[in-house]
Amino acid sequence: MSGKQIKNAQQETRVFQSRIVASVLIIFLLIGIIFVRYFYLQVIQHQSLLANSEHNRIKTTAIPPARGFIYDRNGRLLVENIPTYRLQMIPEKVDDIKQSLNELKQLVHITDDDIKELIKKQSLNRPFKPLIVKNKLNEKELSSFMVRKHKYPGFKAVPYLIRHYKYTDILAHVVGYVGRINDKDLKRLDKKRYKGSEYTGKLGLERFHENQLHGFPGSLTVETNAQGRVLKTIEKIPPVSGQDLTLTIDIDLQKTAYDALGELTGSAIAINPKNGEVLAMVSKPGFDPNDFVNGISHKKYNQLINSNQKPLFNRSLRGGYEPGSTIKPYMALAGLYYRVINLNYSMFSKGYFQLDNQARKYHDWKRGGHGLIDIKQSLVQSVNTFYYQLAVLLGIDRIHEFLKPFKFGELSQIDLLAEKRGLLPSRQWKRATKGKMWFPGETVITGIGQGFLVTTPIQLATSLTILANKGIYIKPHLIKTENPELTKLPFDIPESYWDVVHQGMIGVIHDKKGTARSIKNNNYLTAGKSGTSQVYGKKEEDVYNKNLEIPLHLRNHALFIAFAPADDPKIAVVVVAEHGASGSKTAAPIAGKIIDKYLNEILIQ
Amino acid sequence: MIYGGRIHHNKRHYIDWWLTAFILLLMSFGLVVLFSAGGWVLVKKQIIRLALGLMVMLFLAQVKPEKLAGLTPWLYVLTILLLLAVFFFGYESKGATRWIKIGIRFQPSELAKLVIPLMIAWFYRYRILPPDLKSIGTSLLILLIPVFLIFKQPDLGTSILVAVSGLFVLFLAGLSWKYILGGLVTLVSAAPIMWLFFMKEYQKQRVLTFLNPTQDSLGSGWNIIQSEIAIGSGGLLGKGWQNGSQTQLDFLPEHSTDFILSVLSEEFGLLGVTILLLLYIAIILRGLYIASQAKDTFNRLIAGALTLTFFVYLFINAGMISGLLPVVGVPLPLVSYGGTSIITLMAGFGMIMSVYNHRKLLKS
Repeated sequence: MSGKQIKNAQQETRVFQSRIVASVLIIFLLIGIIFVRYFYLQVIQHQSLLANSEHNRIKTTAIPPARGFIYDRNGRLLVENIPTYRLQMIPEKVDDIKQSLNELKQLVHITDDDIKELIKKQSLNRPFKPLIVKNKLNEKELSSFMVRKHKYPGFKAVPYLIRHYKYTDILAHVVGYVGRINDKDLKRLDKKRYKGSEYTGKLGLERFHENQLHGFPGSLTVETNAQGRVLKTIEKIPPVSGQDLTLTIDIDLQKTAYDALGELTGSAIAINPKNGEVLAMVSKPGFDPNDFVNGISHKKYNQLINSNQKPLFNRSLRGGYEPGSTIKPYMALAGLYYRVINLNYSMFSKGYFQLDNQARKYHDWKRGGHGLIDIKQSLVQSVNTFYYQLAVLLGIDRIHEFLKPFKFGELSQIDLLAEKRGLLPSRQWKRATKGKMWFPGETVITGIGQGFLVTTPIQLATSLTILANKGIYIKPHLIKTENPELTKLPFDIPESYWDVVHQGMIGVIHDKKGTARSIKNNNYLTAGKSGTSQVYGKKEEDVYNKNLEIPLHLRNHALFIAFAPADDPKIAVVVVAEHGASGSKTAAPIAGKIIDKYLNEILIQ
Repeated sequence: MIYGGRIHHNKRHYIDWWLTAFILLLMSFGLVVLFSAGGWVLVKKQIIRLALGLMVMLFLAQVKPEKLAGLTPWLYVLTILLLLAVFFFGYESKGATRWIKIGIRFQPSELAKLVIPLMIAWFYRYRILPPDLKSIGTSLLILLIPVFLIFKQPDLGTSILVAVSGLFVLFLAGLSWKYILGGLVTLVSAAPIMWLFFMKEYQKQRVLTFLNPTQDSLGSGWNIIQSEIAIGSGGLLGKGWQNGSQTQLDFLPEHSTDFILSVLSEEFGLLGVTILLLLYIAIILRGLYIASQAKDTFNRLIAGALTLTFFVYLFINAGMISGLLPVVGVPLPLVSYGGTSIITLMAGFGMIMSVYNHRKLLKS
């Protein structure tokens, strides 16, 4: 070999050969480790990793059911689902999310806050999962996006169904609205059934009948790739759409009731006393439920909340009013039933009533009084002194006992949530809540529906149907049912007692002295009674004076209850016109319009 | 030295049939897997590369080792210059500068994988073995200059491979076990310093991900998790060719390149993995046998070191895709789709073959 002589070739070769042997050993050791690792993954971990790979591959997504439609009693569509578009973005397909969104601001109404929110959401999301940029694009937004969509890869206008309320303010308090499912909703809803769903009923019938309206989700099982792109469908189970609801509401009558209230706030309810079907139920003012479907804007919400007309307040269910003189027919019945008066009873109205040994005078609305008054005339002319005296004769205990089955102070149990209970006072109630004994003077004013009594319009309407039906109670309801349950009052009231009270109520409209003569219609007999509900505690002599000259918000509430035809009631109406001042002048004509519309137009057709 | 003592070795074309056969088998198996992972388009391109690689191998097999030794210092200088050129005129892609354009896109670090072991072998060619401290220092300098340049590109995978190929020469030259152990200890204790001062954020991230892949299961940990799922779900016999859902549905990342062994594992199971490992073992044993038969120090060192480097490719790749090692971007040798590494590896086998063809003929 050329080079240095000292090189020991044999020794070098020996060292080299030993290194080769060492290498082979190390290589076998390391390949052994590799093999063991693969053995571990492919044999020992096989089952669980196979499950992982199946889980990777197969994706099941829920197909939300279409929500049931809502129709009125004649099959007219009230609430539907309409196809609309939303703007979606798939983050991984967008180069510069912030810039794209800022550009899109010119085409679609999105705020800087929305953009901030989206960027935050996007960082928490899988990049291939679509994010909603804007719901419910209007036509201009949709078309201006569609012509420029090639400039915005990763953005897409996607069709979806949105709840649409064809009638807004008129029907808002009855149907309510759906809104996006939030954390609070998730606590009460069955998560399985709401997989894939975005909306749930929040208020009104939409909430109460959520179970029928919602339906059951289907599912779509697909094979996807890592980007989430669907490669093939493995199984599809179609969703079961929600059931449609057919209401008892007649939308024409509803509209009539709404319009009849005019500029006034208040409530108007019409029920068919024969079966408890609610024909119209208005709380005015209303609002537009469509605003709530995709989340109402703060500005709009604040407007609604801060309006002193309280449009979100459902007066029909939650408005508490003194019944005023509308209590009188029930008091007359009570007097007859407990035999403190008989059918031939009459008394002399001298203009005021005084308890024994008390100086305080309880006045009639007519100075000098009404003269000799029988039961019928006490109703026709709404004679206060008659009922002051009657109340004292009955005593608060019997008044309470008699009015309770008529649902005073009870819930009507109509199929809506959040109904408020009125108040039917009693000795026990006063002791329990005020810690004071019951005073006789409080019995006196209870006789004309004042003092502690509080009723809601729906409760007044329920009581009225029992009165019209001569003692048969049917729970008021908004969904058509075949055989509504009938309940009788727990006591028997002879036919003649009902008749005299009905006659009195007929006289309110048809007698020449009737307080509501103005709404008389010659086609049928109407039985009615007006009432006034005090807005604030005035001295009793001021109650009936100069009401029309004081500021609107201090005027008393005007009430009217009526049913017709009186001999065969087909409709019972309650009107509460807030600050309407006079039951007979303001509320009665509203009730008259509703009854006219129903009996003269709707039923004739 | 006298050549041609035996007539049949005096043919114009030299070829080692054993090595060639094993390599062709491995390549074929690789193409079958690649077809499943990337389809006919990739297979066609890969065949062209493999054919080119075979030609390079056969060409280098004819070159006398003496000629190669003579060129080695020049090649070394050229490599260093090219690596420096990358720094100044490099072509950046995916946050790393590894390429320069001289007519075609060229990666000088690939050249380094061959030239560095050659240079160290050349350095020890006439020196007394085992190496003394002074020569070790010199050879480490020869080694560390290009390794550092590659590491700074940054290209951790290649710098490791280059460093390892150089160190293998020292190991085969008889570097004392004392030094080897000392070096390993130093390396381990230097790791925290590397971490603090030299490693790039993404390299640290890879190590962290390796230590705890589930922590970042949607980011870089995703690759490892999906790869393990692919391997494990394959089981003993695999899901069948073109039936690997992890591969076909794109859950597996980089399935034609770095992660092609995951594809093989998913579709051919442990059986396929075993066959593949056996083919590699055959190639490696043949390479080491050739090294042991080499006629001189330079020849045995390059044949041995190149074979061992080939093994390291396999070990790192098979380890990283199965979660044993951090992901450092080393392809599966001769199987992963991709150009440069095939040419480099086949050039290496050409040199090994040349060593065999020009071995000591008259020995015994």
